[in-house]
Amino acid sequence: MDLDKSIIGLSGEKFTFEVEKGHIRRFAEAIGDNNPLYANEKYASETPYGGMIAPPTFPIAAAGGDLPLDLDTRRMLHGEQEFIYYQPIRPGDCLYCQMKVNDLYEREGKSGSMQFLVLDTEMKDQEGQMVAISRMNIIYRKLTTK
Amino acid sequence: MALNTSVKFASLQEGQQLESLTKPPVTKVQLVKYAGASGDFNPLHTDDAFAQKMGMDGVIAHGMLVMGFLGEYVMELAGNSAELSHFQMRFGSVTKPGDHITCSSVVSKVFEKAGDHYIALDLQAEKASGKVVGTGKATLRVF
Repeated sequence: MDLDKSIIGLSGEKFTFEVEKGHIRRFAEAIGDNNPLYANEKYASETPYGGMIAPPTFPIAAAGGDLPLDLDTRRMLHGEQEFIYYQPIRPGDCLYCQMKVNDLYEREGKSGSMQFLVLDTEMKDQEGQMVAISRMNIIYRKLTTK
Repeated sequence: MALNTSVKFASLQEGQQLESLTKPPVTKVQLVKYAGASGDFNPLHTDDAFAQKMGMDGVIAHGMLVMGFLGEYVMELAGNSAELSHFQMRFGSVTKPGDHITCSSVVSKVFEKAGDHYIALDLQAEKASGKVVGTGKATLRVF
C-alpha cells in the first residue's frame, strides 16, 4: 500500500542523544578522518570552535523515537541525506531529538511513479534552541510482485 | 592531513575547482567499524552471504560512510576559516570494499547573507573508474 499525504506532520516520541567523546572518536576513526577538531581538546580550544566538535555527519548516529507509521523497510531506499547546522555538536551535549514527517511527494521515474518520504530529525539543546536537523530523503519503492 | 592548506576563502571565485582528496581503499573492517559507530547494522554492509542473497557480489559500503568522506573533505577545506551551515548528498552508484573514493569540489556561489560571507560548493565523490558514487552540496560560513 502506498503512503498518503495525511502522514505529513506526524512525529515520533521525543528521545535524548547524549554525545560522548569516545563515540565521536570512534565515528571519526571509522571514516578515517583524522581532523584534530574531533579528538584533540588542546588543538580544538585554540580554533574558532573553542573546543572539540563532532564530524558533520555525526547526527546520523542519533537514533530512536520511531514514527507511528507502518513502513515497509524493504521498500525504503536512502536516496539523499541533508544536514542543516545551527550550532556545533560537542562532546558532553545532551540533545533533545524528535523525528517528523516533513514531506511526502511523488515523481515519475523510469519504472513508473515513485514516492519520496522526507523525514527530519530535529535536535535541540536544553534551552530548546535548534542545534541541527538531519533530513533523510527516502525513496519508497513499489515491490515487484513475484 | 591530505590537503596542504585550507582554502584561502577571501580569494575564491565562482567556478573554481578546489584541490581533491583521495581516500585509502574502503575495507570490510572499516564497514564493521562504521556500522558500530553509526548504529546502522544493516547486514548488507557487513555480511557477504546476506549481501549475495540481496543480489550483490558481496557487502557494499554505507552511503553515509561516503558522505562521511565528503564531510572530512569539506572540513579540511574549511580548516579554521569557515564552518558548515548546510551539507547535502545524493547517493549514486554503490561503493564496495577496495574502492578508492576521490572527493572533489567546485565553488558554485560566493555570497553574503545577513552580514555574513558564505561559500557554496558542489561536491562529488567518485571511484577510480570515474563512476560517481555521490553528488552533494555544502554551504560554508566564513568566520
